[in-house]
Amino acid sequence: MLHTIISRLLQGIAVVFCLLLITFVLVRLMPGDPFSGEKAHSAHIIQKNKERFHLDQSYVRQFSVYLGFLARGEMGDSPVKEQPVTKIIKHSFPASLILGIAGISIAILIGIPAGILSALKKNSYIDYGTMVVAMAGISIPSFVIAPLLAGQVATRIPFLKIAGWGDPFDWILPAITLGLGTAAYLARITRGGMLEVLNQDYIRTAHAKGVRPLIVVTKHAIRGGIIPAIAYVGPAFAALITGSFIIETIFQIPGMGQHFVNATKDRDYFLLQGVVILFGTLIVFANLAADIALVMLNPRLRN
Amino acid sequence: MSKNAQNNAALKGHSLWSDAWIRLKKNHMAMISLVVLLIIGTLCFIIPAFSFIPDPNTQNLNNTFQDPSGNHLLGTDQSGRDLLARLLYGGQISLLVGLVATTVSVIIGLSYGAIAGYAGGKTDSIMMRIVDILYGLPFLVLVILFSLLISEHAKDLTESLINRWPDHEVVIKKLINLVPLFVAIGALGWLTMARVARAQVISLKKQEFVEAAVSLGLSHPKILLRHIIPNMLGPIIVYATLTVPGFVLTEATLSFLGLGVESPNSSWGILLSEGANYMETYPRLLIIPSITFSLTLFALNFLGDGLRDALDPKAAKD
Repeated sequence: MLHTIISRLLQGIAVVFCLLLITFVLVRLMPGDPFSGEKAHSAHIIQKNKERFHLDQSYVRQFSVYLGFLARGEMGDSPVKEQPVTKIIKHSFPASLILGIAGISIAILIGIPAGILSALKKNSYIDYGTMVVAMAGISIPSFVIAPLLAGQVATRIPFLKIAGWGDPFDWILPAITLGLGTAAYLARITRGGMLEVLNQDYIRTAHAKGVRPLIVVTKHAIRGGIIPAIAYVGPAFAALITGSFIIETIFQIPGMGQHFVNATKDRDYFLLQGVVILFGTLIVFANLAADIALVMLNPRLRN
Repeated sequence: MSKNAQNNAALKGHSLWSDAWIRLKKNHMAMISLVVLLIIGTLCFIIPAFSFIPDPNTQNLNNTFQDPSGNHLLGTDQSGRDLLARLLYGGQISLLVGLVATTVSVIIGLSYGAIAGYAGGKTDSIMMRIVDILYGLPFLVLVILFSLLISEHAKDLTESLINRWPDHEVVIKKLINLVPLFVAIGALGWLTMARVARAQVISLKKQEFVEAAVSLGLSHPKILLRHIIPNMLGPIIVYATLTVPGFVLTEATLSFLGLGVESPNSSWGILLSEGANYMETYPRLLIIPSITFSLTLFALNFLGDGLRDALDPKAAKD
């Protein structure tokens, strides 16, 4: 087990390194540079700036300088925002993390019970209704739900604001918007997993022994039936954090998403690299956590 | 005689495809979705050709925010443009992106996955490790970087094309605008398709008909193209159908963020992002594109689900 985790972590480092390398090259291949934006400087100042950020040197040299930064636990300075990248990330990551955790919690709390209920009442109106709602949740993108929620709900309930990120009440609408799509996927996956398990012999045996139906479901069926959903939750959590920039834009949340999009637009090489490293690491850890949880739930996967 | 005819009828029309069609016809949601998609497709691609639909990009600042009327069936937007025209032309673009990007991703994913699965051994494991690494990358990060990169080269291409065919400047500009999106989404969206294709090839290549082909001395490309790939089209088609809505959504997301189709051109993502600015004063500008967009994705997803159940009854979970 420990061996597997360590080898997975090493693989993860390799994945993040590849991601960094790809980003590093792609963003530099793009025309323009961090200094060619709206505020036009004289050629002299641009040259000075490029020297300051080593941008006048070869890619190999730039990359080794950057790896040197990383080794010292730094990520360089953002040429556009003129701040250390680590500081920008420290300021914006908490909001993204809270939003991601709230979003995945809502997704789990709605999606998994809905999926279980749907599987238990297979081919009933409850099942059809849940699955049509789930399909709607998958088909209606967050940037459609978000403005509608903000415009139609937030304006009617006194303690909800259309946008902003002050007190925990402000977390509610963005988290719902973020979590709904994932909840819909989870419901469908849970239903599939539960149906698979409910048809198996050991469930029939448990019923035949006279175990109460509620206990059969809670003690026997859920353990196996929930496995595909758990496998999905890990990557989904990472996707919620890395993909929340639309919701951050609509609800004006000071998270990482805005930096990610703006850094790409502004050719802010160092900020983009920092965000990509963070997102890549998150994805690696989320996948690893999901795999560990799977092994714990499913004894057949052990050793 | 009549018995013979009956036998013929029973023998006829029992291929995989006709069986699947019979099962699909019994799936009401999938059939309704198919009809909805045909209607939306007809509206978007055929109706704009008639002259009663105004130009979607012509602004008229004396005519902004008009309510629906005889002149403008769905009213006008913040620049006095006809919303119906923008919705239909935008639909063309969104659907085209979905279809073309899916085609690109099927071509890449199918070839890559089929070669990896057929070759097996070291080749297979190296090819699939590359897929694993690409899987770890955030899709949108790469699409954004990639499409910005291509769009610069597309500008040079536009100029040379316009120099060659000056008469078609408008059409060229409109289409070139989309190339980066097509390429970026398609070029990065093939990973799951490659996995699906590889799994299919691995299960097929051990079967007797492939052994027979090998012992007849057929070449590897011929075995793959003539014998294996035709037998795996079912799952590929199903997965491709389920990919289309994902790509339509990616296009809309990018356009919504200002990184996809560029204004004043229209796409559903652009309409949604413009509409969101006026949701309190003119909710119509948000709600009409929202309904059209969501309905299309809804139908595509239901059709994909229905096709999966029809082509692969074992995978149907009920």
